[in-house]
Amino acid sequence: MTATASSGRGKTETDPIRVVLCNPGLDGHDRGIKVVARALRDAGFEIVYLPLRTTVEELVQIAVQEDADVVGISNLSSTIVGVCARVRSLLDEAGADDVLIVAGGSASPGDRAALAGLGVGDVFGPGSDTRLIVARIQEAVVRRRQGLLSDRRAI
Amino acid sequence: MDEQRLDTWRATVKAEELAKLPQVRDRFQTASGIEVKDVYTALDVRPGAHEELPGLFPMTRGIRANMYRSRSFTRRQVVGLGTALDANRRHRYVIAQGQTGLSNDFDLPTITGHDSDDPAAEGEVGRIGVAIDTVHDMRDLMAGIPLDRVSTSMTINHPAAILLAMYLAVADEQGVSWSRLRGTIQNDPLKEFFAQKTFALPPRPTIRLLGDVVEFCARRVPNWNPVSLCGYQTRDCGGTADQEIGFTFAVAAAYVEEVLRRGVDIDDFAPRLSFLMYVHLDVLEEVAKFRAARRLWARLMRERFGAKRPDSWLFRVHVQTGAALLTAQQPENNIARGAIQCLAAALGGVQSMAISAYDEAYSIPSERAQRIALRTQQIVALETGVCSTPDPLAGSYVVESLTDELERRAEAWMEEVDRRGGMLAAVESGWVESLLNQQAHEIQRRIEKAEIPVVGLNMFADGNEEGEPSDVFRVEPRVEADQIARLRAVKARRDAVGVGESLAAITDAAAGSESVMPPILQAVKAEASEGEIIRALRRAWGEYRPAALY
Repeated sequence: MTATASSGRGKTETDPIRVVLCNPGLDGHDRGIKVVARALRDAGFEIVYLPLRTTVEELVQIAVQEDADVVGISNLSSTIVGVCARVRSLLDEAGADDVLIVAGGSASPGDRAALAGLGVGDVFGPGSDTRLIVARIQEAVVRRRQGLLSDRRAI
Repeated sequence: MDEQRLDTWRATVKAEELAKLPQVRDRFQTASGIEVKDVYTALDVRPGAHEELPGLFPMTRGIRANMYRSRSFTRRQVVGLGTALDANRRHRYVIAQGQTGLSNDFDLPTITGHDSDDPAAEGEVGRIGVAIDTVHDMRDLMAGIPLDRVSTSMTINHPAAILLAMYLAVADEQGVSWSRLRGTIQNDPLKEFFAQKTFALPPRPTIRLLGDVVEFCARRVPNWNPVSLCGYQTRDCGGTADQEIGFTFAVAAAYVEEVLRRGVDIDDFAPRLSFLMYVHLDVLEEVAKFRAARRLWARLMRERFGAKRPDSWLFRVHVQTGAALLTAQQPENNIARGAIQCLAAALGGVQSMAISAYDEAYSIPSERAQRIALRTQQIVALETGVCSTPDPLAGSYVVESLTDELERRAEAWMEEVDRRGGMLAAVESGWVESLLNQQAHEIQRRIEKAEIPVVGLNMFADGNEEGEPSDVFRVEPRVEADQIARLRAVKARRDAVGVGESLAAITDAAAGSESVMPPILQAVKAEASEGEIIRALRRAWGEYRPAALY
């Protein structure tokens, strides 16, 4: 992957937040991520919703092309850690190391710890309130754009 | 009872009471949005309802005359993890615990038609179910279990023909005649596109494939259920009870028409059609749902499809308690939910059930969670007394009224699908999926406004800090490498020329009009893998790319 990203950079605080949402790979549970997509759209975010069976490589390529602020990854097949790790590493390789990753789906306590280690602090599990998801993403992106958040590990 | 008496009651006794004790809210609705009245009386019951009897058309009260007095519901908790050897150990464990039927869930690569060594399978092998690549895995899965003495259910859809062929091959090895095999493959391809989303092939050819399987079973494996029509996933994706019935029966009609086109008599396969439905927590509506489904199915088979054998009219149903109703918060509360759902299903007269285990918001169930789910079923079946007489809620004014209303609404959905050109067209256009997406969004919105109460989530959240169950199940990391090694060993030692020829025969049959079942059976015996057989079908039928609807 040779493309470089300008995610976040050059965007002002009031520019719409662009989120790429995907449940990549073979998992078919998409009720949750679709509900989140609608909630984020209704909150004024720009949504790029990718179909099921998108590969992690395709997801990262699109996130870079779309100059995404955030990549939202859903998984309910107990493989959330592996998926997020691959997305993080491919984003970093593409120079998009400032793109935030937010995760959703089923995650065990051990998974949450592993995700925190990857810089994915917020894992929105079953029952998450979409208003909280909106607020958390908004806060993190705005803070980063203000230059207050140099480290992606804050979300 | 008459309307005038009711009006007087509302104007006097009820009005006086309301003046002192107002209602907690203005309106009451079922989970599916049916208005619930302030009181139900004999006026709400169709006169014909009083004449209905279990085991008699239209089967509202049960598919058998004596129901649970002769045979209780089958307790069939799902098993599926790791390699076939791991799952076989779990099968033997649940048999020892008193379970009366086997149920298999497969891992994502298996249900989506990928071999374990496919790059797309990376990280997924054996995770959420058992991995099956070749006939050797099926043999290991059933090792030490006589196939003529158990009934085996397999949650497999687009690759169903392949796994059935593997099971038949193992039966041959055990010397068990195919006519003695009992079990079910899910094999409901259309709901994959709007609800389950574990597709492997495009919509239209999956109906042809289904027809090949049903026709084959009707002629060669007569006691096998070649299709389990699924309402479960429709409901879990945001559907209502009436859509669960209506869409499932619309799908069923599409399949039945395909098989009839082949000249198979309706009475030669209708008795083997079975169902997988949801159990919601709205007990009264759920009981009414199973009653309405039985009546509408009997009418559909007899009146629309001309089935003459009473066996063809039977809505035989396995149920799974609704997973989307479980909470990750205070997960032990889900044990109570499972018990209530189990009770609703028993009152509804289902044939077989599985309770979604209390820890499923975190993982596939731990052994302990599985045991609690099984024990819950045993408590309902043996300790509560609800199995003592068929259809115990028959004649309840509200249940009879809801039964009629759900039947009417389900039929209206079937008519709507017909107006849209049938279920295949309704699926291909994205209409069904969009409708469910909209409804799921609406449910979430209402939960967030606490219009739909969820204990432990939007109310009574004290205790949430206690957090997750401590014994969450995890598949051992060795599983993927073990399974890939097993598959590669098979691929290395088998007759590659024979495999290639058998796969070419599958593509030829798929491109033409001959049944694909015989060449699939041959390929399985030649040790071809599931992924290779799916690719052979795709060479004739093409690939499916899902839309990005939300």
